[in-house]
Amino acid sequence: MSDRLAVRKTYKLYVNGAFPRSESGRTYEVADARGAFLANAAWASRKDARDAVVAARAAFGRWSRATAYNRGQVLYRVAEVMEGRHAQFCEEVAAGEGLSSGRARAVVDAAIDRWVWYAGWTDKLAAVLGSANPVAGPFFDFSLPEPTGVVAVLAPQRSSLLGLVSVLAPVLAGGNTAVVVTSHRRPLPAVTLGEVLATSDVPGGVVNLLTGDAGEIGPWLAEHDDVDAVDLTGAPADRALELERLAAGSIKRVLRPPAEEPDWTADPGTSRMTRFLETKTVWHPKGV
Amino acid sequence: MTSLFEYAPAPESRSIVDIAPSYGLFVDGEFVDGSGEPMKTVNPATEEVLSEIAVGTEADVDRAVKAARRAHTRVWGPMRPADRGKYLFRIARILQERAREFAVLESLDNGKPIRESRDVDVPLAAAHFFYHAGWADKLSYAGLGPDPRPHGVAGQVIPWNFPLLMLAWKVAPALATGNTVVLKPAETTPLSALLFAEVCRQADLPPGVVNVVTGAGETGRAVVEHDDVDKVAFTGSTEVGRSIARAVAGTRKALTLELGGKAANIVFDDAPIDQAVEGIVRGIFFNQGHVCCAGSRLLVQESVHDEVIASLQRRIGTLRVGDPLDKNTDIGAINSAEQLARIRELSEIGEAEGAHRWQPACELPDRGFWFPPTVFTDVSPAHRIARDEVFGPVLSVLTFRTPDEAVAKANNTTYGLSAGIWTEKGSRILAIADRLRAGVVWANTFNQFDPTSPFGGYKQSGYGREGGRHGLAAYLKESAR
Amino acid sequence: MTHVLDPGTLAAGTRPGPGPAAPFDDVTRSDAALRAFLHGLPGVDQVGAEQRAATLGTRSIKTTAKAWAIDTAIAMVDLTTLEGADTPGRVRSLAAKARRPDPDDPSCPAVAAVCVYGDLAGVAREALAGTGIHVAAVATAFPSGRASRAVKLADVRDAVGNGADEIDMVIDRGAFLSGRYLEVFEEIVAVKEACGDAHLKVILETGELVTYDNARRASWLAMLAGADFIKTSTGKISPAATLPVCLVMLEAVRDFRAATGTQVGVKPAGGIRTTKDAVKHLVLVNETVGADWLSPDWFRLGASSLLNDLLQQRQKLRTGHYSGPDHVSVD
Repeated sequence: MSDRLAVRKTYKLYVNGAFPRSESGRTYEVADARGAFLANAAWASRKDARDAVVAARAAFGRWSRATAYNRGQVLYRVAEVMEGRHAQFCEEVAAGEGLSSGRARAVVDAAIDRWVWYAGWTDKLAAVLGSANPVAGPFFDFSLPEPTGVVAVLAPQRSSLLGLVSVLAPVLAGGNTAVVVTSHRRPLPAVTLGEVLATSDVPGGVVNLLTGDAGEIGPWLAEHDDVDAVDLTGAPADRALELERLAAGSIKRVLRPPAEEPDWTADPGTSRMTRFLETKTVWHPKGV
Repeated sequence: MTSLFEYAPAPESRSIVDIAPSYGLFVDGEFVDGSGEPMKTVNPATEEVLSEIAVGTEADVDRAVKAARRAHTRVWGPMRPADRGKYLFRIARILQERAREFAVLESLDNGKPIRESRDVDVPLAAAHFFYHAGWADKLSYAGLGPDPRPHGVAGQVIPWNFPLLMLAWKVAPALATGNTVVLKPAETTPLSALLFAEVCRQADLPPGVVNVVTGAGETGRAVVEHDDVDKVAFTGSTEVGRSIARAVAGTRKALTLELGGKAANIVFDDAPIDQAVEGIVRGIFFNQGHVCCAGSRLLVQESVHDEVIASLQRRIGTLRVGDPLDKNTDIGAINSAEQLARIRELSEIGEAEGAHRWQPACELPDRGFWFPPTVFTDVSPAHRIARDEVFGPVLSVLTFRTPDEAVAKANNTTYGLSAGIWTEKGSRILAIADRLRAGVVWANTFNQFDPTSPFGGYKQSGYGREGGRHGLAAYLKESAR
Repeated sequence: MTHVLDPGTLAAGTRPGPGPAAPFDDVTRSDAALRAFLHGLPGVDQVGAEQRAATLGTRSIKTTAKAWAIDTAIAMVDLTTLEGADTPGRVRSLAAKARRPDPDDPSCPAVAAVCVYGDLAGVAREALAGTGIHVAAVATAFPSGRASRAVKLADVRDAVGNGADEIDMVIDRGAFLSGRYLEVFEEIVAVKEACGDAHLKVILETGELVTYDNARRASWLAMLAGADFIKTSTGKISPAATLPVCLVMLEAVRDFRAATGTQVGVKPAGGIRTTKDAVKHLVLVNETVGADWLSPDWFRLGASSLLNDLLQQRQKLRTGHYSGPDHVSVD
C-alpha cells in the first residue's frame, strides 16, 4: 500500500435528498465492534426529525403516484448502485458488526438482493392484494392497496445494513416515504446507503436517514401528527410501550417490535409491505 | 306545499317483538345476572323505557372471556371448519326468518326508520353471516398462507348506530375464522344483540362461542383490557379508539379500529344532478346521519352550487320525519339525548361561526329526541361543522372551482373513511378516486355496503378492513409459506 | 329533408313554425344547436334513478290515502283500446265503462279519456257526448310512426275532424336515434299545428330509446316543440311505462316549468296493470313534482286492464272483503 494519507468521509444525515449536519451541531463517536474509533456521526435531533417528516410528506405525492413499474425500476437501480459500492459496504459492515470479510460479503449480497426482491414486488401488489368484489347489486366494486403515507422506521440496532434494507425497502415498495432512525451504534452503512440513494433515482425526501438515538427521536416521531405509521422494530425494548402509546394519539399504524431481532436472511414474505398499505375500495354503478 | 296526497299512518306492528322487562348477560350459552347496577334502554322516539339491561362488571367480563376461551380451546377451535361454516349458515337463515322481528326491535331501540332496518340493516346482517359462512373452510385461499390461525378470543365493542349490522360485521368474520367472541353492544342499543343471543341458541351454537356482555364504557374497557383477550375490534368514535389503542399498547393483542369520518361528497358540474341530489340525501340523512362514513361535507363546484342547493332543498322538503315504525318514515329519531345535545351544540357553533343554517318546515314529535334535516351553506373549511364529526342529519356545504381544489379540500381532514364523487366523466372519477385519501370511494353513488366489499379507513378513521377477503386478515394470524 | 350538418346553414331565418319559449328560443336554430342543448342536459345515472324509483315504490299507502289514490287514479285513466279488431261496438262499450266505471257505485269517478284509433274517434265522441270525458286518438302512423310527414299530418287532421280533442302522436324514433333531432322537433311542431285546439300528447316510446339519457332528451325535445303532455309508450313495445322512466320524465317537466313557466303533463302508458302500480306512480308524482301534477289535467295513466283492478280494490276498501273479476265488467 502507498503511504498516502486517506481522505476520510464525513458521515452526515440524509434528509430531503441532501446531506446536512444535525441542526443541533451534535455528533457522536462511532466505534467498531472492538471499540476502536471509526468516525463521528451526526446525532440527529428532534428538529432534524421534524424536517425529515416535512421532506417525507412533500415527497409522498410524487412517489406514491409514480407508476409501480417506475418504482420497481428505481428500487432496482438502488441495487445496481449498491453493487458498485460493494467493497465499501463490506468494510463498514465488517467493522461495525464485527464480521469476517466473508460473512460481511454475504450480508451485503443479501442486502442488495433484498432490493431486487422488493423491486419486483411493486407491480405485483395490486394484483396479489387487490380484489374485484362481487357485490349483490349493479355496481363495479374493486379494492386496491395504497400506501399508508409517511412511515417512521426505527431500524434494527444489530443488523445495520441487511436489517435496515429489510425494513426500508418494503415501506418504499408500497409507495410510502420514510423517516428512518438508523442503528445507533452502527450507523455508517446507513449513511453510505444514503449516498447510494442520492445517486440512484430515488427522489429526494422519499427516504430520510437519521443517525442517532431511536430512544431520543422515536417519541417525537411516534407522536408526530403528520406521521402515518411507525415501525418499532429497532425501538429500545424499554421504550416500545411508550412509543406505541404515543402513536395511538393519531391512530398510527404500528408495527410492534419483535421479541428479539429476527434472522434477516429469512424469506421476508409480504407482511412488512401489507403492514404499511391501506385498502381503498371504489364503487361505481353499472348502467347504460 | 300542502299535499293533496297525505299518506295515512302505516305503522309496522310492534306486536311481533316480545321485549322482556329485563335482560341478563349472555355468557356461556346462558342468560345470567350482571353484577353491575342495571341500566335502562329507551325508545328514543318516545322516551319510553323498553327494558332493564344487566351491566357487566370486570368479574362478569372475566367469566365471559373464560367461557370464550374454553369454547375456543375445546369446541370451536378443533371443530371441522365446514361445520363452523354450517353454524354460520344456520344463523344467516334464522336472521332471515326472524327478519321482521329484528327490524322492529332495531327501530324501537335505535330510532331508525323501519324502512331502513327492514331493507338495509337486517338483510345486510344476514348477508354478512351467509358470506362469511362460506369462508370457514376456505381460509387457506385467503392469501394469508396455507394455514392461517385464529387469534383465539376476540373482544368486540360496537356502536349504537347499526346495532345488529355492526354485530354481524364483527361476529361473522370472527366465528368464520375460528375465534370465539365476547361482544359488548352499545349502551343505548343492546336489544338486538340480546335477541341475537337467542338466535345463537336456536342455531345450537356451542355455549361460549358467542358471549354478549351489556353495559356502558366501563364494561367495554373491561373487555378491551382483559388479559386473556387476543384480539380487539372496535367501531366507534376516534376518541375512544385512541384510548383503546393506548390500552392495548405493549400487549400482544391484535387490534382493528373503525372510527369516525367527515367524508367529502364531491359534486362536479357535469354530474347527473338528480342522482347526485339523491346521493347527497342518502349520504347525510341515511340513518339520521348517524353513520361514520356519512357524506357530511358536500363539496359542490361553484358553477352548479345554486342549482344543486335548490334541488337539494326541494328534495329535503319531501323527507318524512317521524315515527320510526311508520313504513313511510325517512328520518327517525336521534338515538339519545346526549347525541341530540351534541348535534344541537355543533349546529349552534356553525351558526355562530357564520355559516347559514337551513331547515325545511317540518313538524317534530313532542316527545323523544328529534333533529330536523339541516343544511349549512357558506361553510368555510375552518368552521367546526366542516371539521368535526357531527354524527347527525347536518350537512355542511363548501364549494370548489377546480378538481385540484376539490381534492385538496376533500383531503383536508384528519379522517379518511369515505368519499363521494359525482361526475359523468369516467376518467375524472378514476383520477380523483386515486387522489382521495379515503378507504371507500363511492362514485356516482353513496352509502352502499356489501359483505364482499372491504370497508375501513385511512388516517384517523382507523385501520383494518371489514368485509371481503381483506376483512379476514383482522381475525387471522398469517402462516408462513 | 336533408340532414344539415353545418349549423350556419340553418341559423338564418329557417326556424320552423313557432319556436320554443324563452329562455330556449335559440336552441332550435340548428341541428347542431339543438344537439348541443340536448346533450348538455345533465345525465341520468341508471342505477341511481332505478334505486330512487324502487325506494318510492316501497311507500305504504293505506286506508284513507289508498282510497284517495284509487279514485284519483281512476280519474286519470285514459281507457284505451288499440287493436286491429276494434269495432264501433267495442268502443261504445268502452265509453259506457268510461262514464260509469262501477255501475253499482255512482260515487266512482269517471275516467279522464277514452283512447282509440283515429277512425273510431267519432264513435267515441258520440258515445261520450256531454260527459266531459276526453276523446284521445292515436295518430301519426301509430305505433311505428313510419310514414311520410304528409300522411302523418293527414292522420292527425282526420282524427281531429272525427272529434278527437286529444292527439297521441309518436315521435320518429329512427330520426331521434340517428341524431336528427331538428327533424323530430319540426315534425312535432307540425303535428301540434295540425292539432288545432286538440291537446297534443307526444309518445316518446322510451322502450325503443333505451337509455334514460335519451328519455330525458326526448322529453325536452317534445316540450320545446310544444307538447301538452309527454307520454312514455305506445303500449306495443316492451318495456313500456316503468317507474324510473316516469321519474326521469317527471324531472323533465319539473325542470321545464322551473325554466319556462310552462307546465307539461306526463302520461305513463302500457304495463301499468295493478292498483299497486298505479299508486306507485302517484307516489312518484307526489314526491317528484308535487301536488300541482296530481290531477287528470297533468297526469294520466294509459291503460286498459288497470281500471278493473282499481275497481276491485275500490270495492274491497268499501266492503271490507276481497272482490273478484266477475264483480267488475269485462271490457
